[in-house]
Amino acid sequence: MVTAVGNTLKVAPEQSGAISVNGVRRIFLNTQGEETVALDRVNLEIQPGELVSLLGPSGCGKSTLLRIIAGLDRPDEGTICLDDTPITGPHHERGLVFQDPTLFSWLTVRGNVAFGLKARGILKEKGDEVDEFIRLVGLEKFGNAYPHQLSGGMAQRVALARALVNHPKVLLLDEPLGALDAFTRMQMQDEILRIWEDRGTTMIFVTHDVDEAIYMSDRIIVMTPRPGKIQEVIEVRLARPRARNHPDFFMLRSKILEILHFAGEITENYYL
Amino acid sequence: MASEVAQQSTGSVFAAPAHPAVPAGWAGRLRPLLIKLLPVAAAAAALGVQLAVPNQQTFAVNEQYATLLKVVLALNVLFCALSLVSGRLGPWLKDNAPLAAAGLALLTVWDLITLKFGLLPLPYFPGPDKVLAALTEDWKLIFTSAFYSLRLLVTGYLFGALAGLITGTLMGWSRRWHYWVSPVMKGIGPIPATAWIPLAMVIFPTSFQASASLVALAVWFPVTVMTGSGIANVRNAFFEVARTLGAGERFLIFRVAIPAAFPTIFVGLFMGLGASFLVLIVAEMIGVKAGLGWYISWVQGWAEYSKVYACLFVISLIFSGVIGLLFKIRDRVLVWQKGLIKW
Repeated sequence: MVTAVGNTLKVAPEQSGAISVNGVRRIFLNTQGEETVALDRVNLEIQPGELVSLLGPSGCGKSTLLRIIAGLDRPDEGTICLDDTPITGPHHERGLVFQDPTLFSWLTVRGNVAFGLKARGILKEKGDEVDEFIRLVGLEKFGNAYPHQLSGGMAQRVALARALVNHPKVLLLDEPLGALDAFTRMQMQDEILRIWEDRGTTMIFVTHDVDEAIYMSDRIIVMTPRPGKIQEVIEVRLARPRARNHPDFFMLRSKILEILHFAGEITENYYL
Repeated sequence: MASEVAQQSTGSVFAAPAHPAVPAGWAGRLRPLLIKLLPVAAAAAALGVQLAVPNQQTFAVNEQYATLLKVVLALNVLFCALSLVSGRLGPWLKDNAPLAAAGLALLTVWDLITLKFGLLPLPYFPGPDKVLAALTEDWKLIFTSAFYSLRLLVTGYLFGALAGLITGTLMGWSRRWHYWVSPVMKGIGPIPATAWIPLAMVIFPTSFQASASLVALAVWFPVTVMTGSGIANVRNAFFEVARTLGAGERFLIFRVAIPAAFPTIFVGLFMGLGASFLVLIVAEMIGVKAGLGWYISWVQGWAEYSKVYACLFVISLIFSGVIGLLFKIRDRVLVWQKGLIKW
């Protein structure tokens, strides 16, 4: 297991971007031609350098919203802007990390991280940064390894480095830790926070894990399904680094669970 | 020796359950040596049969075969002796010795049923001595033919594979190309390339061009099909990630789609190679006035079947060499699969 704590980049911090989502509506048609409203008039402003979580049960449209911000999907109504420029398609300014690392299996770790620079034709000028970013995620000994030789956590670190090497203004994370075991997951949460603090990139983090959302975010956008919409926006006013066992953490946790109607009911004679 | 045996028997009280399959004592140590000696024994038997058993097929007996067997025997003795000294040769010999011995035994059987006992009729079933004689007598013509065949094969294969890669990629990538090309492919592809021989001879100015085009056609079909389906089945997530990393369409095709589809593409290249061998030999037998296919039908006309066998032997060497080369290339290109699939 690799533990990389405290690696910082020599590369200057990012120019982080602001995202504004205005009246976005997205409707999917199923095979019978029936409409499903995946997103219903969503409005959202995200400040530069902010770490925001989209939290909700499956079907609430959080991944759809992220895909629209990434430019991989188009809204049926409404607009999305990055720093006042409308988003029309995918762009390297908006990096993306999926739940499945989706590493290019025919490329080594170094080849994967270098992919963005190569695709943009700037590998020659910026080639040194490839090893810098591999070091940032603590995989300097695995530069020549192929993806199938990596553990799940290591693969997700490579996916992070691959997105970060492009110096994105916004990093979009679609349940990036969803496939990891609970302990690797907590370790990776700290890793992502360390990178966020080091790089200052705006991050939008899709998750269905309430604890993860509270532990990581400045703000939590709680979404509910059918139709997918923003139910509530919660500011997490807890100092960093956060403690998962602080009473205020639990308070916030129960508040979110109540919003989502998953808190359960406290009956009389609760203790048996 | 006695102390060793004693040591082993006391040791076996504790250690025996761990290796129940290894026989104890002298038999266990002698077995590997016996295996290494197998080819020596087989070569000696082959030579003995050749020299001692009287010939039934007395027509044109060739003495070179006995000389060859002597060389083979000497080489086997040498290898066996070296394997006792060299640490690396030992395991290699132990692995390959049974196969070499079996090969020599087959040769002996062949010798017996043809030259020695005359069980099979001449000229159709000559003995190994006559095939060797054909090889040494006619090697110049055989190798010239092999050169012409290889030239035709390489030309046809490269053009066909390239064309297949291009049409396959277009079909796998774009719906419109798929719409227009796939009926053409479905119509033309299944026609065996050899069926085109009469037309190809008319259409192309030289028989070389005609045959090369037929080989290319035979390669084109499987390469197109496998490349097309390989590219169409690449995970969409690869393209989505690549696009968010700044990849344009050309980059997506050449750096994502084709590398991701290569395991499937390789199957097409391999199938195309098999088809190209077939078309090559048939085309040479019918139309082209050079090459190994032509050689076979030429010597068949003179009822020199020993030369047919000699040519088959050379064809086997060359074609398995070409297949080996293709697999070497695959191993190089698909090195990332090592450990991922059964190699």
